[in-house]
Amino acid sequence: MKLTLKVWRQADANSPGAFATYEATDVTEEMSFLEMLDVVNEQLEAAGEEPIAFESDCREGICGACGCMINGQAHGHVERTTTCQLHMREFKDGETIVIEPFRAKGFPVLRDLIVDRSAFDRIVHKGGYISIRTGSAPDAHAVAINKEDADRSFDAAACIGCGACVAACPNAAAMLFTGAKITHLGLMPQGQPERYTRVQAMTEQMDKEGFGSCTNVGACTNVCPKGIPIDVIAQMNGDLLKSLFRLRK
Amino acid sequence: MSIELKSHEPDGPIETAWDRHRQSINVVNPANKRKYTVIVVGTGLAGASAAATMAELGYDVLNFCFQDSPRRAHSIAAQGGINAAKNYQNDGDSVYRLFYDTVKGGDFRSRERNVYRLAQVSVNIIDQAVAQGVPFAREYGGHLANRSFGGALVSRTFYARGQTGQQLLLGAYQAHAKMVNAGKIKMFPRTEMLDLVVQDGHARGIIVRDLVSGALQRYAADAVVLATGGYGNVFYLSTNAMGCNVTSTWRAAKRGALFANPCYTQIHPTCIPVGGEYQSKLTLMSESLRNDGRIWVPQSAADSWNAEAGKVGRDPRQIPDSERDYYLERRYPTFGNLVPRDVASRAAKRACDEGRGVAYNGRGVYLDFADAIQRLGRDAISARYGNLFEMYERITGDDPYETPMRIYPASHYTMGGLWVDYNLQSNLPGLFVVGEANFSDHGANRLGASALMQGLADGYFVLPYTIGHYLGEVGPRSNDADGADFKGAEEGVKARLSKLISVPGKRSSESFHRELGRIVWDECGMARNREGLSSAIERVAALREEFWENVSVPGSDTGLNQSLEKAGRVADFLEFADVLLRDALTREESCGGHFRSEHQTDEGEAKRDDENFCHVSAWEFKGVGVEPTLHKESLSFEYVPPSQRSYK
Repeated sequence: MKLTLKVWRQADANSPGAFATYEATDVTEEMSFLEMLDVVNEQLEAAGEEPIAFESDCREGICGACGCMINGQAHGHVERTTTCQLHMREFKDGETIVIEPFRAKGFPVLRDLIVDRSAFDRIVHKGGYISIRTGSAPDAHAVAINKEDADRSFDAAACIGCGACVAACPNAAAMLFTGAKITHLGLMPQGQPERYTRVQAMTEQMDKEGFGSCTNVGACTNVCPKGIPIDVIAQMNGDLLKSLFRLRK
Repeated sequence: MSIELKSHEPDGPIETAWDRHRQSINVVNPANKRKYTVIVVGTGLAGASAAATMAELGYDVLNFCFQDSPRRAHSIAAQGGINAAKNYQNDGDSVYRLFYDTVKGGDFRSRERNVYRLAQVSVNIIDQAVAQGVPFAREYGGHLANRSFGGALVSRTFYARGQTGQQLLLGAYQAHAKMVNAGKIKMFPRTEMLDLVVQDGHARGIIVRDLVSGALQRYAADAVVLATGGYGNVFYLSTNAMGCNVTSTWRAAKRGALFANPCYTQIHPTCIPVGGEYQSKLTLMSESLRNDGRIWVPQSAADSWNAEAGKVGRDPRQIPDSERDYYLERRYPTFGNLVPRDVASRAAKRACDEGRGVAYNGRGVYLDFADAIQRLGRDAISARYGNLFEMYERITGDDPYETPMRIYPASHYTMGGLWVDYNLQSNLPGLFVVGEANFSDHGANRLGASALMQGLADGYFVLPYTIGHYLGEVGPRSNDADGADFKGAEEGVKARLSKLISVPGKRSSESFHRELGRIVWDECGMARNREGLSSAIERVAALREEFWENVSVPGSDTGLNQSLEKAGRVADFLEFADVLLRDALTREESCGGHFRSEHQTDEGEAKRDDENFCHVSAWEFKGVGVEPTLHKESLSFEYVPPSQRSYK
């Protein structure tokens, strides 16, 4: 396969960026999208040019490090797939592919396709946990958890923190990400004591980071590589509303 | 200077050894803990759990990782599960049995007392994780489910679908986040450790590079903990993440820490085979698949890979049972498809060496679910392995519900690492090493679902106590990063980075890494021999020389430069490979993951030499390209007498 790539190049956060065009030759169907970029980069490097900066680590779709807009879609057009798991058999010979970083106020571009997603960490710092000291846990079987709640909790816990939901949202909202953590912990008996303080603290930080609010577009769940259901946002909003009564002083 | 390797294991009965040890070591008064600062490098299971727990205890923690967030550490990719001697299945499991299985699985090359402690605290890990909200698989009654794993005859593995590592890491990451919020952990993401600073013989700090600005920084502390994972990427192709590297442990080794048993590397039997030359990494398919999948190759070479045609002979589904060789079930009737990893990997290699491989280049065997689907139904198989099957199909384009998977062994985990004593302290006082980065608990082969167990045992339940012994002994000191040792180390790092940038070469570091990987995989992979290892040492030395003359590193050392990051890591792998090969060459026996073709039984199994090699080999760095000095720690077995491992 032969492809034309239009790639966003930007030296650093303070410089303006622009698209550059590259020809990718000798692409095979078995290659992953990032391996295709590796080949382009190796050629650039051997020629003494600076390669396209992009992030990836596990290349198994679980670490959440990779992610860019491919032809306008976060992680590309294949459903429930991270950029690293997208394969070239999904593209046609001769195609032009436009590659850009995730764009959102809360995710400043650091270089080329790399953005700063540390806002996600700061949201978790505010309460995305159950406060339990190491060593003070009761026996794991002390509390039985019904399978349905455990499974739904797991569905939400599967979030990899890649940020595609924010990139796809016209409001650049981080509500699928935040709602997933609220739902994961809020459905478990262990998560109950901090349930309402958690939702208040995390949503407050989410707003501070410059993320927008949900208007029920649903783009987030469509691009989510882990298929996090949109009802986690309803769960979060419901908990936030309840918290206003429960935590009334 | 001679180095005496003291393991500091407590003597007396093994069952009470850890309790007695904790009684006898120093404890730092709660009010004094805040006078100490501890550096932790790495945020995987071991690093995040250690940082969180030490911060809870009151220490000030400085935590570093090269990724953009602590949640991305490669522990996240562990699929199958975590072992614990809970005996919830009532199938006769116990701390002793987990201890026994681990010592035997490690082919009698680990410390008995370390392993016993690991088995003991395994049960606390599950309690801790559940309390944190880790969503382990549950049965309809609401209680935890278990599965079995290779090398064990009981069901003791706890799991969270095929994402156990992710969920455990997020548990640790969240505990860590809580302490960041409390101001007790200061987190430095996108920051790579490039040197260790040793002052008066004690580890006192590190030199790091901010990967966004490119600035070098010095950090001083009362102790340094390395939790930086294994060196599996020395093989280039491995199941490790792209960023996994040997840099921090190797830099520590260059500063005097001993590197133990580097030749013990684990080749995981169930990975997706290599598909072509461009491949950047290999993907693991969880070992749990061997619970229900049957491994086979065609009996006739005509049905195997045909290089000219670029495909196999007959479609595997057309091959009748009588013309298939279920070689694991045939050779190991007791354990069958659940033999330990090293045994399964070598058996696959042998089948392919015989010309019966079924994937690209003749390197692959079938893992077939047809019988399990017939017996249990498609839904049951999908509930157990759905996400793995999906991942397989996405990568290969084949549907494993319809046609057998193809798998082949790949580098996955490294049992070797920096030498540590029972307190997880290296031979350099003040330098502690946890998780995969140390060498301690798995001997020559790690059993499935034991890596998560060890990482979390070290981080939650061992290091936070044992580090207090050292800190209590040395007392609070001032942490000053402006001394000559710090400045000198920073200058050294700076000079090396400038040198990398200024080589007027024509070759990418990626291509050097690929060539290094091919040499090490061919000569020091699943089977090794004297001739191959000796030639590999020379070839690696030549490649290292070429690297410094012909590598091309574009850009500058200021700002974000991924080429420079990669080049530095490849340069360290090129140095480290030498000690790996020498260790393999010196260990004239076969044990666990280290298989020397000269040392095998008549049936082709690993043949240990307990008389001459029942020891840990710990290597002291003497200079690049200079033969390192070997120090030995002898091992003794009081509770599990060494025997020829048999899984027949």
